[in-house]
Amino acid sequence: MKFPLSWLREFLDTSATLDEITTTLSAIGIEVEGVENPAEALGEFRIARVVEAVQHPNADRLRALRVDLGDGRELSVVCGAPNARTGMVGVAALPGAFIPGTGITLKPGEIRGVKSEAMMLSSREMGLGDDHSGIVELPEDAPVGTRYVDYAGLDDPIIEVKVTPNRGDALSVRGVARDLAAAGLGTLKPWHAAKVEPRFETPLRWEIADPQACLWALGRTVRGVRNGPSPQWLQDRLTAAGLRPISALVDVTNWFTIALGRPLHVFDVQKVKGDVLTMRFARPGEELVALNGKTYALTEEDGIIADAAGPESLGGIIGGEHSGCDETTTEVFIECALFDPVRIALSGRRHGIFTDARSRNERGLDPALMREALEGATRMIQDLCGGEASTVTEAGAEPDWRRTATLRFERVAGLGGLDLPADEAVSRLERLGFAVESRDAASVTVQVPSWRNDIAAPIVLDQDPKLDPARARKAAEGCAAVEAECDLVEEVLRLGGLDAVPSVSLPVSSVVPAPSLDAKQARASLARRVLAARGLLECVTYGFTARDVAARFGEVPDSLRLENPIASDLDQMRPTPLATLALAAAANAARGFPDVALGELGGGYRDTSPAGQLAMACGLRAGRTPASWAAPARSVDALDAKGDAMAVLEALSVPMAALQVTADAPGHYHPGRSGVVRQGPKTVLAQFGQLHPRLCAALDLPEGAVAFEVFLDAVPEPKRRRKAAPELSTFQPVRRDFAFLVDEGVPAEKLLRAAQNADKTLIAEVVLFDRYAGDKLPEGKVSLAIQVVLQPRERTLTDAEIEAAGQKVVGAVGKATGAQLRA
Amino acid sequence: MTDDLDALLARTESDLASAADLRGLDAVRVAALGKSGALTTLLKGLGAVPADQRKERGAALNALKQRLEAAIESRRAVLEEAALDARLAAERVDVTLPARPAPSGAIHPISRTIEELTAIFGAMGFRVVEGPDIEGDWYNFAALNIPDHHPARQDQDTFYLPGTIEGRRTVLRTQTSPLQIRTMISQEPPIRVIAPGRTYRSDHDATHSPMFHQVEGLVIDRFITLGHLKGCLTDFLRAFFGIGDLPVRFRSSYFPFTEPSMEVDIGWNRKTGELGGGGDWLEILGSGMVHPRVLANCGLDAREWQGFAFGMGIERITMLKHGMADLRPFFEGDVRWLKHYGSNPLAPATLHEGM
Repeated sequence: MKFPLSWLREFLDTSATLDEITTTLSAIGIEVEGVENPAEALGEFRIARVVEAVQHPNADRLRALRVDLGDGRELSVVCGAPNARTGMVGVAALPGAFIPGTGITLKPGEIRGVKSEAMMLSSREMGLGDDHSGIVELPEDAPVGTRYVDYAGLDDPIIEVKVTPNRGDALSVRGVARDLAAAGLGTLKPWHAAKVEPRFETPLRWEIADPQACLWALGRTVRGVRNGPSPQWLQDRLTAAGLRPISALVDVTNWFTIALGRPLHVFDVQKVKGDVLTMRFARPGEELVALNGKTYALTEEDGIIADAAGPESLGGIIGGEHSGCDETTTEVFIECALFDPVRIALSGRRHGIFTDARSRNERGLDPALMREALEGATRMIQDLCGGEASTVTEAGAEPDWRRTATLRFERVAGLGGLDLPADEAVSRLERLGFAVESRDAASVTVQVPSWRNDIAAPIVLDQDPKLDPARARKAAEGCAAVEAECDLVEEVLRLGGLDAVPSVSLPVSSVVPAPSLDAKQARASLARRVLAARGLLECVTYGFTARDVAARFGEVPDSLRLENPIASDLDQMRPTPLATLALAAAANAARGFPDVALGELGGGYRDTSPAGQLAMACGLRAGRTPASWAAPARSVDALDAKGDAMAVLEALSVPMAALQVTADAPGHYHPGRSGVVRQGPKTVLAQFGQLHPRLCAALDLPEGAVAFEVFLDAVPEPKRRRKAAPELSTFQPVRRDFAFLVDEGVPAEKLLRAAQNADKTLIAEVVLFDRYAGDKLPEGKVSLAIQVVLQPRERTLTDAEIEAAGQKVVGAVGKATGAQLRA
Repeated sequence: MTDDLDALLARTESDLASAADLRGLDAVRVAALGKSGALTTLLKGLGAVPADQRKERGAALNALKQRLEAAIESRRAVLEEAALDARLAAERVDVTLPARPAPSGAIHPISRTIEELTAIFGAMGFRVVEGPDIEGDWYNFAALNIPDHHPARQDQDTFYLPGTIEGRRTVLRTQTSPLQIRTMISQEPPIRVIAPGRTYRSDHDATHSPMFHQVEGLVIDRFITLGHLKGCLTDFLRAFFGIGDLPVRFRSSYFPFTEPSMEVDIGWNRKTGELGGGGDWLEILGSGMVHPRVLANCGLDAREWQGFAFGMGIERITMLKHGMADLRPFFEGDVRWLKHYGSNPLAPATLHEGM
């Protein structure tokens, strides 16, 4: 909400400076978003008289002016405005002045042979409106030489505040003034409207067909009005508040909206069908052409105001075009009504209508202001447009808004952390309009003012249905016991500013705090560091992506498709972070960086349950290893990705010897170059491999890119057992190499496992140190060379024992894989 | 010593001096001490020496043998040293060659900030809690005293998924505040938790991303006041930004789930973007005392338990701390940006090593 300082002063008698006002507003919870003074941009412009205006000698559309600036100078000005004429008074800018409407700093010039030493300004050039039909025309008696901002009363800072959703009362200039006065910045000036005597029976009357559509409605007719532009002072007020002046009748309603926070609506009586305006819910198929020119299809949950012909207004939100007032209006009906804020909020949101009326009605209005506001509006309309007033029609009833709230003084310190004398607490409440009903040494009970519907409001809970009923009931009672008091503590605190509350560091619960992360969280942190240490750049990518992209990486159930995506390519929850990582890798390739190693820890979504939102650690490598003189760059391959996945699992204390790798990875991987890491037959810990060439082609990823996905939730929590003492044999190990010829389809893991198990006590380690496939070998065979480490424990091995162990290895490997020792 | 022995010593010493390498040295040794070396021959001839002179001659020969051996060893050491010097002089690499490439990954700035948050709040006794991105409306809104019609919902443009969770609409969480609820219904107070995580709002421009991160904080105990809220957040902000006297200001505000509510500003210089001095204020987070309705919705009796909650944008504090101008690259995975702003995985944020 914006308003000029002068409007605030209409309601607040204060000697405070602008700075004091804005600082106080922010401190008490009415955030100042900005202060703008139009005078700062216009301060150099002065009132000037056109002494003479003649046709420009060399240009048909220009005039040559001599302009009196009131300081004894007469300047030559070339001007294109059609209304420039001898004797008129306008506004002039001198060279060096910045022209807000054009963004140009004025320079002296010469136009077709005639000097132009100044400029006569239009409204648009001054940034004061859209009018560019001609230069500004002021009354002939406007004081030549005076600053235009002083003459026009524009030296008036405009304050813009952000009012929180709970403070309907502060969405008005008077409400802001009231809070400032309560905070000690002056006194609130009273606003009262005397009753206007009715001269005739109103031709329109209210009917409330459904009390949920409207709580209470007042209205009256003024006939014999002449509608036209409102007076300058009112136009200036509304313009400063960011509103467009429309006509006197409409501007009056807007004045009440901004000044008092009391939206009104005016109907042109001649355009209303029948003699009843009905508050009811809309019927199927009904539409409203609103004052903003748009047509709204109404629902049965929209409260409307209807005449005999149908909807005339979306009550409390926006009026209808059909029955609105214009220059021809001679008989006007003023609506002053009270609606259910919840219904206004829902209707407004349903139709996406944002109006000043809605923002106030959905916060709730001051019910005690209704009658006086109607009288005041009647009077202002009569003042501006003439006419005589009818009787007041009324439907519904004033809701019972009177409530009390109790504050135990110790709660100001107990909840608010501020030691405040009881008298001061009471005084602050009184200044805010709370009336003391009773007081003792420990507490005060106050009546809540009519405009504060946010204090001691009816309590609406939405408790966890799984709560034990007794516990739920006790919790509800607790809320009922303290909520209004919390409201009062907040009021008392905010009025003095929260800076007054002393800061207290949290008491330590334990000098040495317990770990902040649980085991699972700590392991995710470790996985993140392991991947980065292996060269992956950690990314954070969106949790949703395009459905067709997501579908390439897994299931895309409808339950994970956004109903209202912000863009069509962000409509599906990703099945794996790999999907969005792949897009990031492709984007890097498109930027000229095809060789990347990216990682991400994040969600992969299977369904909407908490368990269906998997924690995954993923990575993608594309292109080639780094170029170096020391070792040639090579393309990344599936086993790079396997290495990443295994490094994560190993860091997370997975028993690596117990894992199996099977060649049945899902379809986004190359079927022959991918694997699944399993612990036991059911648990899948990870999958890895080269990405499918079709996927790479579709996403513009470099072909040959490899990736892995580790399912962190599936990784078992390591057993917390103390480690046994290591066996540190004093005897040297013996190393023996064996080269086996084996069918190329035999998994290496099978051969290694057979060798390892050939003698469990003696064989400490088996390493595959060479794999050869080529034309020196029989067709379909590969050579796998292993080093077996024999670790004696009690004595040095004899040659015969070493020979025997070797035979066991050859035998076991041969039995398991059909491999033969190479000659 | 007799003349023939003196001559042998002198000749051998001279030969040693002129031996240029270890092979030459060995030739001299063999010539003197080898099987048919000069001294060996003399020793063999000792039997022919008259008995009365034999003892004296023997002693002289032994003395000579020791001198020759010492001279040879001494020369050997010199030659070996020279040989090593010569070898090393020939062995050179271009030490300006680049080292072999090593992996150079990095931790994303968002993860880094979460680590820092965790370290600082951890020192104050907070635990980290996490929860699902796909939430039920009750957890994200209703339990937090944001009923369906609440104007605050306008500020949080919500993404919806089909179907319901526990009978309420399925949403992508718009805030990490649902973790307040999940914590209070699963754990008895006292509570001190922070909840960092991904959040989603239907908003996309230079300063908004449809996905971003927040950290929520919740403290519930018997005697926690607004003074503790101020102390805790002031302590955090000063530690996080590393400015011991960072100005921190609390302004009364409104959130549906807290009362009293407040926005928190820190001091900065609007023109330079520098934090600390400068006289301007920058809004950085929202906070307040947990609303009695929120406590009641989770089964806590507001007469027994009270506390505070806060929430802040992780990207925002990251950008402020590191002077980063643009939000969008956080989520684009541009390797140049990640290398530039990413942090070393071997230097995680810890209080004892400093941040």
